[in-house]
Amino acid sequence: MKRIQADPKTGNETMTIEQYTTEPTPPGVEYTSTASGVLNIRLSGNWTLNESIPASEEIFRKISHAKTVRDIKFETSALGAWDTVFLTLIKDIIDYCRDNRLKVDQKGLPEGVRGLLNLADTVPERSKEDLSTVEKESILEEIGRDTVEFLHQTGILVTFIGKVFLTVGRFLIGKARVRRTELVFNIQEAGVRGVPIVSLLTFLVGVILAYVAAAQLTKFGAKILVANLVGVAMAREMAPMITAVIMAGRTGGAYAAQLGTMTVNEEIDAFRTLGLPPMEMLVLPRVLALTLMMPFLVVYANLMGNLGGAVVAIFRLDIGATEYFTALSQAITWRDFLEGLIKSFVYGWLVAISGCLKGIYSGRSAGAVGTSTTAAVVMSLVLIVSSSAVLTAFFDTLWGM
Amino acid sequence: MSNKQPHIVAENVTLAYGTNIIQRGLNFTVKRGDVFIIMGGSGCGKSTVMRGLVGLLRPTEGEIYYEEQPFWNVPPREHERMKRRFGVMYQKGALWSSMTSAENVALPLEEYTDLSDRQIKKIASFKLALVGLAGFEDYYPYEISGGMQKRLAVARAMSLDPEILFFDEPSAGLDPLSSRRLDELIMELNQKLGTTMVIVTHELTSIFEVGNNSVFLDAATRTQITTGDPKVLRDQAEDPRVREFLTRGKL
Repeated sequence: MKRIQADPKTGNETMTIEQYTTEPTPPGVEYTSTASGVLNIRLSGNWTLNESIPASEEIFRKISHAKTVRDIKFETSALGAWDTVFLTLIKDIIDYCRDNRLKVDQKGLPEGVRGLLNLADTVPERSKEDLSTVEKESILEEIGRDTVEFLHQTGILVTFIGKVFLTVGRFLIGKARVRRTELVFNIQEAGVRGVPIVSLLTFLVGVILAYVAAAQLTKFGAKILVANLVGVAMAREMAPMITAVIMAGRTGGAYAAQLGTMTVNEEIDAFRTLGLPPMEMLVLPRVLALTLMMPFLVVYANLMGNLGGAVVAIFRLDIGATEYFTALSQAITWRDFLEGLIKSFVYGWLVAISGCLKGIYSGRSAGAVGTSTTAAVVMSLVLIVSSSAVLTAFFDTLWGM
Repeated sequence: MSNKQPHIVAENVTLAYGTNIIQRGLNFTVKRGDVFIIMGGSGCGKSTVMRGLVGLLRPTEGEIYYEEQPFWNVPPREHERMKRRFGVMYQKGALWSSMTSAENVALPLEEYTDLSDRQIKKIASFKLALVGLAGFEDYYPYEISGGMQKRLAVARAMSLDPEILFFDEPSAGLDPLSSRRLDELIMELNQKLGTTMVIVTHELTSIFEVGNNSVFLDAATRTQITTGDPKVLRDQAEDPRVREFLTRGKL
């Protein structure tokens, strides 16, 4: 292809003929073998990504057919443009010949090709054994490995919870300090900022509970008991649990992501080398903030839930507001309320610990931070629901005594 | 300041992650006031050796001594106290992203001194001025450029007036001019304050510009090949690998 270029300074026109953009010629291979056992491979045309290239197997077959061949030579005087496609093909041929103990003479190849092939060979390929030390496992090995890993993880969890207890204990006797700005910031994040979403969801849960209760209770003409059901269910179970679930997604996930990112950025290492324990600097303010804010949020959640119940009762069930709230105040005892508050305290603590634990032990990559955030939320939810089951059974026995 | 006293001594140190040994049989001495370079090819474990020196990774064998005091095999309280004598600048800066420049420098002072808030503020501003960041007190780390972040990291590492400063790849990702300015800053701090410096790097210009002592680590044998002044090693090292590295392969 000819190209005419004008020099902007002199105005002279120069004509360049670009070597590699000649008329498109398809790639071609010819073979000539000599009596002395030399196979000459003549490559012509363009060998680029855009051309349909002969498969290397075809060339291998030709080589293996010529039984007496001991040497391979290349002839490339008619070769047009070439790129990586050509290089990989040549490398394939060279590898094939090495495996079949044939000598390859690379002299006939263009200098650029030889240079690049050399470059690719300078660093020896890492052997497969180096990369994967683990052979395919039997199912028993897998179970064993998983069990050991599970015990290891449990060990980390228990140690972490122990450390949190010790740090909180040291804080209570005045030996560990908590940074005031960090604590205030986290209280604001976990407490005040959580109010809108807690309001919305607990109000709706109150509405739902009232509908479910009404559907059953009106059959017995006892629809005023809707107040009892909504009130007691909110106080004992739903307000703490719904708030905890919101906090798990909102705050626990955020803790894991924050601390995980700090691990990736070596910020936590920076605390450690300054002799500032991350437990005190990062975990303590978060655990304190969430554990302290949860009971407040739950008191508020109770209010909203009962409002939701009241709205349904008043507008759908034709119960008077006074009637409803009188029934409600008779239905809830201080025990119900206390049970809910204790639960909220425990849930808050579990959510904060899960978030911090997964964040601190996060891997050092963006993907690992995502994984640890997910793991923190899942762990929080599992712990909330399972501890709820245990606590409910516990309180039931306690109040029964 | 006496120049001959050994400041840090590594004695037969082996560093490993689990069963994966990174470096073993490390023996070197950093003298007081040295600018000590930990060098070697990519992936030979330079940063890991530094993690051992600053207390982030316990050696599986051997011991590190600071002024003849063992660093690892001591009660935790003593170990923590020793750590406070040095400052560390991390490869990626490791600045606390939720705090401003001044707060980053001030935090160690708040935790470890009984200075008033006003004094701490003054010291923080002064340290920032030392590294050429006067007036950037209220900027967050992500609001300043890469070179500035590195210098901020140096300022934070210096906040407690440490006896030893560690730098992990200080010039990584910096343009030649910024990288040179950082080298000059390191030199100046070393000369004016007499701080011992330990620098992990593979930048030849930095190595010759600032270093007067070094250890050369090898990835293949996973141990040190030699130790000494890099300029002397370049010309006189017996091992060809060291000379090849220090001359960029132009033997």
